[in-house]
Parts: sequence; structure tokens; C-alpha cells
Amino acid sequence: MIPVILGVTILVFTILYFIPGDPIRLLLGAEPTPAQVEAKRDAMGLNDPYLVRLGRYVEGIVFHFDFGKSWVYNTPVTSELLQRFPRTLTIAVICMLMQIVIGTPLGIIAAVNRNGWGDRLSMFIAMFGISMPNFWLALMLILFFSVKLGWLPPFGIGGLKYYILPCIANAFPGIATQARQTRSSLLEVIRSDYITTARAKGMSEFRILMRHALPNALLPVITIIGNGMGMLLAGTVVIEMIFGIPGVGWYLVGGIGNRDINVVQSSVIFLAIAFTLIMLLVDLAYAFIDPRVKARFAGQNRRKQHA
Amino acid sequence: MLKVATVEGKTPKIKRKSEFIVVARRLSKNSSAVIGFVVAALLVFMAIFAPLVAPYPSAKQDLAHTRQAPSAQHIMGTDELGRDIFSRIVWGSRYSLSIGFLAVLIGTAIGMLFGASAGYFGGVVDDIIMRLMDVLQSIPGILLVITISVVLGPGFFNTLLALSIGGIPMGCRLTRAAVLGVRHQEYLEAATSINASTPRIILRHVLPNSFAPVLVSSTMSIGNIIMMAAMLSFIGLGVQPPTPEWGSMISGGRTLIRTCPWMVTFPGIFIMFTVLALNLFGDGLRDALDPKLKK
Repeated sequence: MIPVILGVTILVFTILYFIPGDPIRLLLGAEPTPAQVEAKRDAMGLNDPYLVRLGRYVEGIVFHFDFGKSWVYNTPVTSELLQRFPRTLTIAVICMLMQIVIGTPLGIIAAVNRNGWGDRLSMFIAMFGISMPNFWLALMLILFFSVKLGWLPPFGIGGLKYYILPCIANAFPGIATQARQTRSSLLEVIRSDYITTARAKGMSEFRILMRHALPNALLPVITIIGNGMGMLLAGTVVIEMIFGIPGVGWYLVGGIGNRDINVVQSSVIFLAIAFTLIMLLVDLAYAFIDPRVKARFAGQNRRKQHA
Repeated sequence: MLKVATVEGKTPKIKRKSEFIVVARRLSKNSSAVIGFVVAALLVFMAIFAPLVAPYPSAKQDLAHTRQAPSAQHIMGTDELGRDIFSRIVWGSRYSLSIGFLAVLIGTAIGMLFGASAGYFGGVVDDIIMRLMDVLQSIPGILLVITISVVLGPGFFNTLLALSIGGIPMGCRLTRAAVLGVRHQEYLEAATSINASTPRIILRHVLPNSFAPVLVSSTMSIGNIIMMAAMLSFIGLGVQPPTPEWGSMISGGRTLIRTCPWMVTFPGIFIMFTVLALNLFGDGLRDALDPKLKK
């Protein structure tokens, strides 16, 4: 967990260290003299060796939770990130809930009516869902619901209704993935022997589904939700840009436009840390829910003690 | 002597062919996979024969007919400089498709080499490679590609490179898992016993036998990469205007969406159907290669 976060920080820092050209020159406006550029670089500590800069940056994050300052606006990045993150997280969490609440039942319906029209229809929709770029879907939603019908605002933040379109656009691929995974996982389980046994002893189909099939089929789907969270967090980058939601994603895009390297670097690392934390929670939940994983961990520890 | 040699030379060939035919026959029974394949093939032909398909050159401006709605003359309308949208989509398919195929090819190839080494050697090599992949994968894919593109700058080849690097972890993980599955097979022991070199064993024996899962997921990820490439151009990295790449066309039409929605709609529809076709084919391929369905 901590090695991974450290690794991500070092990796992103190193990739962006190799940025060609001199962003500082752009900062100083029209025609800076070489002396001005040098002075600015010295002041920002950009003339220090790679390891010193990396060490300072990592130390700031680890010990003070400080991502440094924006190169362009000279404002602290951390407070910006913390102020913006709730909006990004709101979108991601609503999308995740939509994914679970809509995607899972679709997958179950599809698997239960295998090859029936319900299956065909939901898999047809799901196939479109995973094939549509979310930014294009977002624009189409704006076109239909904001421009044509005038029902929902296309831009900005305010009440809940400002979040409806962004969430639909960002969640749609996730819903589709969830439905597909649930279906294939459930189909796998339905073939197992214990389902046949349950049928043989005369259990009703509904009870079989609720008691035996679903608990086993939904376990692997939990990991999909964790991975999907990464996609949702990353997806907010374009979605926030299109809908003008001042979250971390829009901050990142703005940083790219301004060549504000520290903003880009810190936003990416911040989102990656958030993603890693969520993955950790999912793993813990998984171990908590699945008795087999718990048993395996316990077994491992015992084996280690013997060795 | 000669007879023996030809028989020996032919036997493995026949066997490989039959495997391919079995899979192809199973694929051809799956109607959605066939549709996907046909649509993808049509798109590839469209890209190759772009000069014949497109009614206008991609950069031809017609300032007397800017922002025209779709009509008989311009079936998908024109943009703010009077360029024919359909022609630009046809030309743009060259960029979008080649980025998709090449990035997956390069990323998967590199990933497979890493994955095969990790799986085959195990121990420290495995640890180092897999920890590196852990770090790469803990950055959500799109963000990693964005970061690399920021450094490399825009343009076709830089985008291709960024997307290829983003694809390495997937190929690596899948190959490693598959290699671990064949690691202790007897034919590898046989190859070692006749003194085949390690690179030869990996390239000739290990990789071909652990190729199926990688093939399926790389087919599926071509679509993903095409969407990511479009997204990169959309946020201003990636391939830039005036290159008629689909994502940059959507990005260019975005500000005019109220007045000329066709500038945004049609490139997106093409992205969607391209990705859809590749996903349908990939789904069919997975079912066809799934050993559980083998009778």
C-alpha cells in the first residue's frame, strides 16, 4: 500500500521530470532574459539535482501532505485539491452506486433468462455501453436534454440536477461492464454441481438463486467494482471538463493547458492515491465477505509460523 | 531420407492449421462475431482505400458552404471551414484504426516479453517486474497515458507511444498467468533436455502456448485504445487538428454543438461502431477459444 503510493509518486515525478522545453520560460511572459529565467528557476528550486527535487516533493507529501505550489498561479495545490475532491468523489460514488443498482440486476436478468429476449436486450444495451466514448455520450446527452428539451443544465454546478447528466455519462460504461460481468459470473456458477444438487432436492428456482447462486456469483464482481472506481475517477477528467464542474479532473486539464507541471503531477498522484485507498477498502471488504479468502490468509500465517 | 524430412516438416503444420480451422469454424457460427468481423473489415478497407471512398479531400475548404447541415451533396454536413465531414471521417479512420491496432500490438508484445520472463524465471525477476506493473496499474490507465502524453507532446507517433506504454501491464499480467500455467509442462522439459536456449524456449514454446487469453483481451482492448486516443485528442493532447482524427473532430465541433450538432454526432457514431465491431468480434473469439466449451 505505502510502497505502491511511493512508487506512483516516484514514477509520475520521474516521467514529468523529462518534460522537454522550458515551462519556466513560458511563465515569465514575452521575452525573459536568461538571467531572469535562471533566477526564477533558482527561486523555484528547479536547478537542484533530480534526487533533491524528488526527495523534497515526496517529503512534502508524506510528512506534511503538501503537494507544493502551482507554477502558474503560485497557489498551494493541496488546498485546491482538497476543495475540489468532494465534487469528483461525489460523481464517482454516485456512478458507482448506479453501476451496482442498475448493472447488477440487468446482469442477473440476462443470466436467468439466458438466450431469451431479456438477455439479448440487456446484453445489446451493455455492448453499446462499453463501446461508447464517455465524452461523446456526454455531448449527446447535452444535445438532447439541454439543447433540444431544455430540461437539464448543460454546464456548471449548483443543485443536484447539475450532477444528473455528468453522472449518467460517466456511469454508463460502468453499468454495462457490471451487467456483463455479473451475467458471465452467474452463468459460470449456475453450471456448478451444488446448483444441480439444490435443484435435485426440489428447491425453488428463486431460492436457489438467492441462497446459492448469487452469493457465489457476486463475489468476483466486487473486485470489478474496485477496478471500475479507477475508471470512474479517471473518467471524471473529461466529464468535468465538458460539464464545467470544478473538480480534480478539470484542475488537471487546466494544468495541462497552462503547462503547469506541478498541478498535473499532483492531480495525477492525488487521484492515484485515492484509487489505491479505494482498492484497499475493496480488498478488505472482499476478505471480510468471502470466508475462503479469510481461511487462505489464516492458512498462510500458520504455514509461515511452522516454517 | 527426403520423404521422412517432408513428413516431419508437415506434421506440425497440419496440426496448427486444424486448430485454427476449429476456432474459425466456431467463430463463423456466432452471428454477432461475424457481424463484428465484417464491420471491422469494412472499416479497414475504408481506411486503406480512403482516396476512393471519400468524395472530397480531407483538407479541402469550401468557404461558401460552411456549417451546412447534412444534404445530398455533403451527406454528413460540413464544418466551420466548409470541409466535408464524411470525407474527414473516412480519412480520419486511418489515424484512429492504425493507432488502435499498432498501440495494442506494441504494448502487448512488450508486455508479453515482460510477462513471459516474469513467469518463466520466477523469483527476483518476477518480483521486480510485477512490482513495477503494480505501480503502473495503480495509476488509472487513462491518467497514466495522459501523464506520458504531457511529456511527449502531441502528434501521431507520440500518442501511439503513450498508448503502447499504457497497454504493457495488461499483456504482462495475462502472459505471466498463462506462462505459470504451462511452466511445468513436459514439452518444456523436453525442450530444455535437447539444449534449446532460454530465449528459444520462451519464444517458440512458452509464448505460443500461452497466447489465447492475450489474444482475446488485446482484441477487446483495440476498441478501448481507439476510445482513449479519441479522448486524448479531445482534451488537447494526442493527434491535433487539422489532422482529421475522430476525437479531434469531436473536440473541434464541441463549441458549435448548439448550431451544428452533426459535427459532433457523426465522428462519435463512427467511433462507437468501430469499437462495437471489435468488441463483438473479441467476445466471439473468447467464446471460440474457451476450452470449457470444447466438446
